[in-house]
Amino acid sequence: MACALGHTDFLQDKKIILLESAPEKKDFKLSERYSNRTCAISPATVGLFQNIGAWDEILQMRCQPVKRMQVWESCSDSVITFNDEELMNDLAYIVENDVILEAIRRQLSSLSDRVEVRYQTSAKSYIIPGSTPGHDNVDQNTWVTIETDKGQKIQTKLLIGADGMNSAVRKAGKFHVFQQDYKQQAVVATLEVSGTSDNSVAWQRFLPTGPIAMLPLSSNYSCLIWTTSPTKAKYLKDLQDDNFVDAVNDAFWHERDKDSTVMSISQKYQELLNYVFSDNQVVRQLPPTVVGVDPGSRASFPLSLNHSSNYVKPRVALIGDAAHRLHPLAGQGVNLGFGDVSCLSQVLNEAVQSGSDVGSLYYLSKYETERQRAVLPVVMTIHGLHHLYNTDFSPVVLLRSLGLQSTNALQFVKNKIIQQASS
Amino acid sequence: MFSKRCICRIISTSRLGSQNKRWHSNHARPIAQSTIDEEEREKFQKLSHTWWNETGEFQALHALNALRVPWITNSLVEKQDQPPPLHTKPLLGLQILDAGSGGGILSEPLARLGANMIGVDMVEDNIRVAQTHLEEDPSICGSVKYIQATVEDLVETNEDAFDAVVASEVVEHVSNIDTFLTSCCKIIKPGGSIFLTTINKTALSYTTGVLAAEYLLRLVPIGTHDWEKFISPEDLQFLLDKCGFSTTLIHGMMYNPLTRRWSWISNSSVNYGLHAVKLHPQTSETSSKENSTDSVERSD
Repeated sequence: MACALGHTDFLQDKKIILLESAPEKKDFKLSERYSNRTCAISPATVGLFQNIGAWDEILQMRCQPVKRMQVWESCSDSVITFNDEELMNDLAYIVENDVILEAIRRQLSSLSDRVEVRYQTSAKSYIIPGSTPGHDNVDQNTWVTIETDKGQKIQTKLLIGADGMNSAVRKAGKFHVFQQDYKQQAVVATLEVSGTSDNSVAWQRFLPTGPIAMLPLSSNYSCLIWTTSPTKAKYLKDLQDDNFVDAVNDAFWHERDKDSTVMSISQKYQELLNYVFSDNQVVRQLPPTVVGVDPGSRASFPLSLNHSSNYVKPRVALIGDAAHRLHPLAGQGVNLGFGDVSCLSQVLNEAVQSGSDVGSLYYLSKYETERQRAVLPVVMTIHGLHHLYNTDFSPVVLLRSLGLQSTNALQFVKNKIIQQASS
Repeated sequence: MFSKRCICRIISTSRLGSQNKRWHSNHARPIAQSTIDEEEREKFQKLSHTWWNETGEFQALHALNALRVPWITNSLVEKQDQPPPLHTKPLLGLQILDAGSGGGILSEPLARLGANMIGVDMVEDNIRVAQTHLEEDPSICGSVKYIQATVEDLVETNEDAFDAVVASEVVEHVSNIDTFLTSCCKIIKPGGSIFLTTINKTALSYTTGVLAAEYLLRLVPIGTHDWEKFISPEDLQFLLDKCGFSTTLIHGMMYNPLTRRWSWISNSSVNYGLHAVKLHPQTSETSSKENSTDSVERSD
């Protein structure tokens, strides 16, 4: 966000401070081993990175384009594949978090005249007029005061909370937030896969306990994101490396959940679809076999749905996970966050161009409306998908299988989905 | 300080130069020596405390900035020969008067864009509110001066001093428009601009601007506007021509109460904006009244 603001034309006279609790990593060396925290970056986010000059840096380091995506499940044979053959565009890019952070850090240091980054500094307390106890009756136009852990006091016209799902800014601003614990954990790891010359496919299989996904990092390595119950997650983390590899392969290949009734109905339905859409045959590819796992790369984190009812208040704005946090099953969370960044910097640019105070609610609420319109449908869809695939109840399996097969047959619907996910 | 005498005369006037079919008034505005109206002053004193609440009673006025600030800025920049040296401060070096500055809602953004602002208002409380709020933003503190006065008070010492005068949502509260505009004319430099936003005097403006806005939708407090004081663009243009201005733009505006945003529209039967330029002394004698009404493409 700070980088985007630093690049914004009309904000060049404004003073921007970024409080970063981590130390500055001046000597970043790209490690040979891949990190287990990655993001699936959409084309729209690539556009943002290009605007701030970070994309070239990322390309120089490393990232893997995804040209094709295959999603299927364990209870039936229905499958959906996404590829953007006509437009020759990549669907997404898998980039490690560390690589993105380093690219942005380099850009920030080149903007040091406009953006001041205070590393190893975090805010100890916030005084937000109208929200903080003791300041309830203060005019909401009064500036926000922040006290850092180093005792510095900063007064600002606009406080942007980009501090993640447990946002302190959100709490200080007394934003009402809708929370639901999914009671699942996402297990991540770096996997070594059987060498395919072109590891550019993203694989996701829905199991009744949660989806398992493999995202390509290079021709030999892929990133694993396996959503499952907390007990299973602990079990997986405690396994020996070999046994873990077997568990992953088994999750992708096993046929134990197959429901025979559903299978026969869906097969007949598929024959019908093949007849009607004869030029759009189902092409089912097989995911690569996992041959190894990077030692020490296994980790897990809990999953929940968080959505703040408001993204803004006078002089405060929330972006990214602080405003909305979703299930990772569609890889949309981080892209929505980057969408917030683009939108907010554009709105602030407009505000300054009109001579307005940057903390003015008129412009901030424009940001909120636009982003809620983009975020809420995605949140609801993903939440819905999570519940749809979280069961092995036959009627539901049948419904979702037929639905998936139908969608797979309709190229224009898939194109729409790709378009939506890329924006 | 201000003359409190008020002479009322009932004259049947025919609105000069008007073509619109609308309500005819049998009363002229009371002719006062200054443009102060006692009732107006009391009305605003009650409101001064809530000026800066963006979601309060003045929401529509705050929202209007999104329309009038770019309009004023672009019009003034276009008149310059060269593009502004600092594009984040396009109004740098310009002296602008905000007539009827109220709580300073318009003065502050214009100051942020580089202008040297003077805001005048007849209500002392408003000046106080505006000054207090101004002091909260150090970046514009030195660029704005608020004075409790009327435009007439400035005439003696400020002849030809201003690059522009902005009278936004003001003339419908003034008791003698003629005096007001004449004074504005005297203090504007030749070639300088006057920007007015006000409400037309039509049946529609009574229904939407008074009845709906005040009583039904409560967009503004009841009693804010007196329909008798509304003026049509043609009448306004006529008065401006008399004072030595040439009108360059009249454009309708509309407030959407659902989205709470203003937009430019081609219909000026309710709210409208007018931009006129003070003619240079030699040209004002020779040029005939230029009644050009342009519709400008506005992209929101």
